[in-house]
Amino acid sequence: MSNLETIADRSPAAEDDTVWTEHSSWIDRVPRAIQMLFVFVVFVLLWDTVTRFGFVSPIILPTPLETFNDLIFVGKNLVTGGYMLPALWITLKEVFYGFLLAIAIGFTLGVIVGETAFGERAIMPYLVAIDTMPKVAFAPLFVAWLGFDIDSKVALAAFIATFPIIVGTAAGLHAADTNSRNLFKTMGATRWQTLVKMKLPMALPQVFTGLKIGSVGVMAGAITGEFLGGGKGFGELIRTAASQLNTPRVFSLILYLSVIGLGLFAFVSWVQRRFVFWHKERVSAGGE
Amino acid sequence: MQAAAAMTDQATPVREPVYQLRNVGKTYARNAITALEGVSMTLTKGSFSSVIGSSGCGKSTLLKIMSGLIPPSTGRVVLQGRPVTGPRRDIGMMFQQAVLFPWRTTLENIVLPIEIRDGKAAAKAAEVQARELLELVGLKGFENTYPSELSGGMAQRASICRMLITQPAVLLLDEPFSALDELTRDFMNMELQRICTSRGATAFLVTHSIQEAVILSDVVYVMKPRPGRVAEVVPIDLPRPRTLDMMTTPKFGALVEHIRSALDKEAFK
Ligand SMILES: Nc1ncnc2c1ncn2[C@@H]1O[C@H](COP(=O)(O)OP(=O)(O)OP(=O)(O)O)[C@@H](O)[C@H]1O
Ligand SMILES: [Mg+2]
Repeated sequence: MSNLETIADRSPAAEDDTVWTEHSSWIDRVPRAIQMLFVFVVFVLLWDTVTRFGFVSPIILPTPLETFNDLIFVGKNLVTGGYMLPALWITLKEVFYGFLLAIAIGFTLGVIVGETAFGERAIMPYLVAIDTMPKVAFAPLFVAWLGFDIDSKVALAAFIATFPIIVGTAAGLHAADTNSRNLFKTMGATRWQTLVKMKLPMALPQVFTGLKIGSVGVMAGAITGEFLGGGKGFGELIRTAASQLNTPRVFSLILYLSVIGLGLFAFVSWVQRRFVFWHKERVSAGGE
Repeated sequence: MQAAAAMTDQATPVREPVYQLRNVGKTYARNAITALEGVSMTLTKGSFSSVIGSSGCGKSTLLKIMSGLIPPSTGRVVLQGRPVTGPRRDIGMMFQQAVLFPWRTTLENIVLPIEIRDGKAAAKAAEVQARELLELVGLKGFENTYPSELSGGMAQRASICRMLITQPAVLLLDEPFSALDELTRDFMNMELQRICTSRGATAFLVTHSIQEAVILSDVVYVMKPRPGRVAEVVPIDLPRPRTLDMMTTPKFGALVEHIRSALDKEAFK
């Protein structure tokens, strides 16, 4: 032992620490916020150049400044309770009810299809068939059935958002491994206990993936419904602005809508982090 | 086959039988593979038996039949005087991987069998025993830890607790420690022996390690593949309690050598 130590002491390697750092490109060391800001500035500059020197007609593409001014205008209108606020409220309601409906139907169908052999064999093929149809094409039907009020928009929004939730739930229920299934069998668990205490918790990560995809679809569904079925929502404001060739308004309305969409997505992600806390790794990695 | 059955009965003739298998066979309908044929054995109360054999010789199939997870194609399985016709409460089972659920704390995982059997209130009441079990396997202080923060060996120890909480009459173990390193594995095996002796539990272990089988068992069943059957029953008459030091004794070496040659013969037939 002591022999070894003497040898080690005399060897030159023991005298200096061999501390070294991995070489990384300087760009990786710049904070993310600054990188994002950089991309934003470049984008706005390009946009400004293209519009300022008349490459594109202002009717097709407004200048960044015009758009910014309009963003302020719309923002003020919303904050002070102008005519746009009720429109926003209507669209929000459509999104909210559409999403709730999609969750209720999607989750129920997902459990039926994922848990029962009958559902998987007899119902799933029809769901797949409907899922491949262009769902937006159903909008006129919904209007004919449910009228020009928000009901038809809620229906279209829910219709679009339901399928990813079904698929996520059904796929999640299949995620349980043989060992877990066998363990529950040896414990003498009933089918209900196996579903509630094992399969559903295990399915949650995939259920939430479906919910996130659905939350994006529900926005698209509500706005498309308003485009095709009238009403007094935000989609109608966009349509009006577009028909008046008020492109800055169209742009700023779209930006406000995307803030709502982002908010809904962020809310679902937040709920996921609360309930699926045990699935951390993949939650942070798979930000979709 | 008859000879094997007779030998089993002779191995420990005086003690009370707990588990009896008579001429058990299994042919998987899906691919017409005969995984087991004419397996007979008797496990006596408090005994420790191991089954060893090459991969695919039907060890897991045998364990699944014994635990009531799948039905046999032929034969008879009787546990404590009642035929096994499905999962049973007097059977505790442990798998190759520690099957712990990540949304439950260690303690909640351990009382899960009670929760399923008798409901939430009973599970709450069983937490006292669960804590004692955790202390028994050296996991005191990890009650409220989530499984993702446990090492592989710790997770397996937690699964032992979960298996023991219902106080099963027999423990069926399918290569429970094969995912662990050798040192941890030796340690876990000694723990397992201690737990089994202190509780008087009957244990049946599937393993790939001859040393592990010999150091733990009263009887080792050597299995032969295609179709899977018991080729030899080797009684292990090393004194109890077993210690890791025994692994260096000539007697241990001879037993290991004997089983190895039996396995070799079967593997290349
Ligand atoms: N569910 C199943 N369906 C059809 N055949 C199966 C099934 N399970 C096992 N078998 C077959 O039965 C035979 C025995 O399998 P088994 O899993 O019991 O082997 P094993 O001894 O446990 O092997 P290992 O040591 O690799 O775990 C194999 O030939 C396998 O292909
Ligand atoms: Mg196996």
